[in-house]
Amino acid sequence: MIAILDYKAGNLTSVKRALDHLGFQCRITNSHDEIRKADKVVFPGVGAAGKSMESLRELGLDKLLWELFGAGVPILGICVGLQVLFDVSQENQTTCLGILPGEVRKFPENISSEAGDFLKIPHMGWNSVRFEKDHAVFRDIPAESEFYFVHSYYPQPANEDLSAGMTEYGMTFTSAVALRNLVAVQFHPEKSGKPGLRLLDNFCRWDGVS
Amino acid sequence: MLSKRIIPCLDVRDGRTTKGIKFRDNIDIGDPVQMGRYYYEQGADEIVFYDITASSERRPIMLDVVRRVAETIFIPFSVGGGIRTLEDMRGVLLAGAEKVSVNSAAVLNPDIIRQGAEAFGNQCIVLGMDVKKVDISEQTPSGYEIVINGGRTSMGIDALWWAREAERLGAGEICLNSIDADGTQTGYELELTRLISTNVRIPVIASGGAGEPRHLLDVLNQGCADAALIASMVHYGTYTIEQIKGFLSQNGVRVRRCW
Repeated sequence: MIAILDYKAGNLTSVKRALDHLGFQCRITNSHDEIRKADKVVFPGVGAAGKSMESLRELGLDKLLWELFGAGVPILGICVGLQVLFDVSQENQTTCLGILPGEVRKFPENISSEAGDFLKIPHMGWNSVRFEKDHAVFRDIPAESEFYFVHSYYPQPANEDLSAGMTEYGMTFTSAVALRNLVAVQFHPEKSGKPGLRLLDNFCRWDGVS
Repeated sequence: MLSKRIIPCLDVRDGRTTKGIKFRDNIDIGDPVQMGRYYYEQGADEIVFYDITASSERRPIMLDVVRRVAETIFIPFSVGGGIRTLEDMRGVLLAGAEKVSVNSAAVLNPDIIRQGAEAFGNQCIVLGMDVKKVDISEQTPSGYEIVINGGRTSMGIDALWWAREAERLGAGEICLNSIDADGTQTGYELELTRLISTNVRIPVIASGGAGEPRHLLDVLNQGCADAALIASMVHYGTYTIEQIKGFLSQNGVRVRRCW
């Protein structure tokens, strides 16, 4: 069973629907017992980092995530679920989980494309991801596949080795990270058509040993 | 770099789509779920479902459509038409839509934009704007006015002012429909699209007037639109989304290619 962490962070049902479609048994839950029994954990997120951290602490899921990470349980963070894994987010100067070293920064106000076009914030829509590591979760996804993004903040890992995928938006930013049994992506695989479903399918079959 | 989005729009009445007579591939052309699936497979980047049901039964019927669409396609889709309250928005989003679009209701009660953005996040709230070209006046300095009721009622509100106001209130995106171009299939209103798109910081979807791939090229380049809404040109089988994207790509527009 795959546990989808429920911490009142927006619409969790879209992740569940995608996993149902792929034929994996999953449950949206915040019960510690149920989560500890799960084979894998999906940590989704929509909304603000501050509110998300508040809910995680209230439900004791902050400590549980550390515990699961230590125990080698495969974890997939999505969007804000990626951002709060880092030490700190510039979004309301939120202290986050600190499982990954680094910070989450706001896109600069006046970024432009190579062609000089003014770029809008949030970064919303389809953009490509260049996967830089041979990792089981990113396998069999054609190079330069596009994924659906919606965000105004981006992760800046302290250590380049954490970056597993890169995306261009007026700058090059880390859009996927991987560390041991943990994988996290800034985009929404559950809304990214076939490449997104492939990524979720890969994760659901992954043993957590990269 | 971000791709320009191509977004088919389906009108739904009483749970059935109202256009689409020339479909092949054994699809039930009246079923919004099957049509949504068809466009998803063809490479649509997003889909808009617009509920034009007039009866009081509309809500349960449409929510059922939204639920079934959400189980079938795995790209963002939005739902508009008759969204008036926070509860309407919640229903549609919980049923699985990524975004809701408000139009007349926001003109009559702008605060619904702020409330929606606060409750569900800016990225969920699309402002639909129906716009008509008018003489430049004190009331409408941009030369474009907001209309409601499918263009029948002029509101005396300047379109550029309203776009900026909606952005300030928290709209995450604007779907800009030119009433003058709508249904003509002779091309989008480029001047209007450019005016709005270059004066707000949120994405603008151009709507109204698409008849051939060249029109999309023009509105994405000259009109500075972030996305283009299409209807008849794909519903009647004149073009496929693949053909449109192929044309755009050949002409230097970055679009998402599917596999």
